[in-house]
Amino acid sequence: MTESREGAVGALHGVRVVELAREPIAWAGKLLADMGADVILVEPPGGEASRNYPPYLDDRPGEDRSLYWWHYHTSKRGVVIDLDDAGDRDRFRALVATTDVLLEAEPRRRLGALGLDYDDLRAVRPELIHVAVTPYGRHDAKSDLPFTDLTIMAASGPPWSCGYDDHALPPIRGPMQGYHTACHFAVLSALTALLHRGIAGRGQFVDVSMTAANNVTTEAASITWLVAQKTVQRQTGRHASVSPSRETQQLCADGRYANTGVPPRRPHEFAALDKWLKELGLDAELPEAVFLAMGANWEGPFDLAKIGRDDAVTAIFGAGRDALKLIASRVSAQEFFLGCQRIGLAVGVVNAPEEAFEDTHFKARGFQVPVAHDELRRTVVYPGAPYVLTASPWAISRRAPKLGEHDAEVFGAIDDH
Amino acid sequence: MAEALAAFRICDFTGQLAGAGATKWLASFGAEVIRIEDPVRQGRWDILRGAPPFVDERRGINLGGAFNNHNAGKYGITLNLRTAKAKRILEQLIEVSDVVSENFAKGVMERWGFGYERLREIKPDIIYVSNCGFGHTGPYSDFKTWGPIVQAVSGLTFTSGLPDREPAGWGYSYMDHTGAYFMTMAILLALIHRQRTGEGQWVDMACTEVALTLHGPALLDWTVSGRPTRRDGQPHANRNQWPPMAPHGIYPCEGDDGWVAIACRNQDDWRRFAEVVGESWCAAPAYATLDSRLAVQDALDERVGAWTAGQGKFDVQELLQGAAVPVSVVMKPEERIDLDSATADFGLWPTVRHSEMGDVRVDGQPVHFSETDWRITRSGPCLGEHNEEVLTRLLGLGSEEVARLEEEGVL
Repeated sequence: MTESREGAVGALHGVRVVELAREPIAWAGKLLADMGADVILVEPPGGEASRNYPPYLDDRPGEDRSLYWWHYHTSKRGVVIDLDDAGDRDRFRALVATTDVLLEAEPRRRLGALGLDYDDLRAVRPELIHVAVTPYGRHDAKSDLPFTDLTIMAASGPPWSCGYDDHALPPIRGPMQGYHTACHFAVLSALTALLHRGIAGRGQFVDVSMTAANNVTTEAASITWLVAQKTVQRQTGRHASVSPSRETQQLCADGRYANTGVPPRRPHEFAALDKWLKELGLDAELPEAVFLAMGANWEGPFDLAKIGRDDAVTAIFGAGRDALKLIASRVSAQEFFLGCQRIGLAVGVVNAPEEAFEDTHFKARGFQVPVAHDELRRTVVYPGAPYVLTASPWAISRRAPKLGEHDAEVFGAIDDH
Repeated sequence: MAEALAAFRICDFTGQLAGAGATKWLASFGAEVIRIEDPVRQGRWDILRGAPPFVDERRGINLGGAFNNHNAGKYGITLNLRTAKAKRILEQLIEVSDVVSENFAKGVMERWGFGYERLREIKPDIIYVSNCGFGHTGPYSDFKTWGPIVQAVSGLTFTSGLPDREPAGWGYSYMDHTGAYFMTMAILLALIHRQRTGEGQWVDMACTEVALTLHGPALLDWTVSGRPTRRDGQPHANRNQWPPMAPHGIYPCEGDDGWVAIACRNQDDWRRFAEVVGESWCAAPAYATLDSRLAVQDALDERVGAWTAGQGKFDVQELLQGAAVPVSVVMKPEERIDLDSATADFGLWPTVRHSEMGDVRVDGQPVHFSETDWRITRSGPCLGEHNEEVLTRLLGLGSEEVARLEEEGVL
């Protein structure tokens, strides 16, 4: 593991964030909290709905048993404020007066109606950075329409590019990633505004659009239309493309898949593949293996444009693909992944999340992080850091808060203030 | 309008989308991002240089549409680091930079003589951010990746699919985009730390680890309850597990590859949905409650799909929007870029003027700042386009000296 300096605190230590609890921004709050920010999660009386989302501890619903809540609210403190109550609104203003960043995904007119929008709040906290996340931005009436992660993603592009060669099957969305992508831009905005405030001393309002965030996270789909006015078409397990491309997913001997990436294209890669095929005793089953040796002895770089035009080049590259396919069909996906990577080919095993989590590489890097749940008298292993900041590290400072768990300490400090 | 990050200079070795996408954000908020490329290989380490899409029939190292998109607003210089003179120029650039960023395989910077320890000798408070597939430590640190490999190994490919079929995965490099976002966060976090303490640092980012953080509660379901995602009936990517909803999916419509996403979050959504559909099956006891609908979700999806299949996708969207049910057409690129006025109204597709490609639209940023908003007006740099401008302005070289260095093959 890349070691962080002992005793170092997170880069956002001393930064206070108020997060108005809503499902779409929970991930943004966690990213800030795990970097050391004092994130105060403000919930309405009775708690935010996702407190009760599955999956549950021991599969039994109940107070503080939601693993969903546990995951998305690490390192935060929790208070209850009823924004519909005038007295509580005063308390909220007092809290904002001590706050650096307000993170919220309220319906776009709600805070204004309550007298709690940016113009109201900067009167009590001139340096406030207010990050507002809505489906289409604060100025678009479409932000008032109901939405979920699925409809946000469908509206903004990702599913069009994801799915199967067989277009009778539906396009696919990667679960939860629509909200995650919006959160990534909310965090980038908060950090950028904090840096600017550190120089200029001024806060500001930031309008984040969830659909815009996903619209600019589609790689070739948007760019190909913007640049060439062409439309990409989805394909199984590989990049959507204007013209069909070769399949890259390979079923392995254990029933799992591997992504074969870019096939061999350099002489030393053909040499290593030839050697591996022989070690496995499979060369006799592949008459085309002779072309691997030809590829290994090729002088100078290959002209990839000659594939399909030049007989020798075509045969060599075809043999490379066939050899990989044959090997994959005889070994497990993990063995295929390791074998290919050892000869320098960028191949990946298609892991389930838990298979990746248990892999020795991530364990060795310290990705499995124990977090104390004292009231349960147990330690729970959480997913770890997305990045290793050696001088100002990521850390989970506490489990997710119970409802109103920090009312006394947070409000007490404000009243003293 | 003031620029939020104008105080910062980035000595930028990044490429592809996973790296270049990171420094694009910094450039669009006013940071001076100086992209450094190898003149001998014409910058082809970044495979997007000179790669499609193209604006017309012309081809060339400066004409790649994706490269232009990911590098808008950056300066571009060339340094042949095989030469001592280029290494000296790089040292001088690092001396006046805040950040060195790269997404090479592990060990490349060390081989050039610019590993973190050396960078720190040159500039004690330098911030060095490396982004590679498996990070710089651990058993797989020498392995190679690109976006789809990161997605495969980390579990994101697996969770994106239908039951009993091979993974559909992602039809683009989601983790190149998202790796870039986290790389940007890492740079900004390290800059904030330095702003407050004066201290620089190295950030080791492994794109596969970023991807592993994106599974929501699935990994806690594994560590706490021992429930794997590889199990019967899973993955079912268009359904919702946390919380469960029914109906929830993507359904066929009339027309070529027309689809619509529909989600009923709760009983109220379901009642309004059923009123719009108005068919007798909606009243069946099997569909009366969320639990009963979840028990027969396959049959329910068939019913919903039969209802949508006879209609245009925009008609279904209009009907359900009118009833306040979450719905969206699965938008094609041309529909969301040119037909949905929301994206243009947000200013999401700015036009840059490229010296060889002409005027081209690019991805903008999906945010607006009230005081220091982003601005994207300049294109991605042609190879070595800013050699003279950067080296004369920052290092005090004369124009003739720059020309001589180009002739000598240093630049």
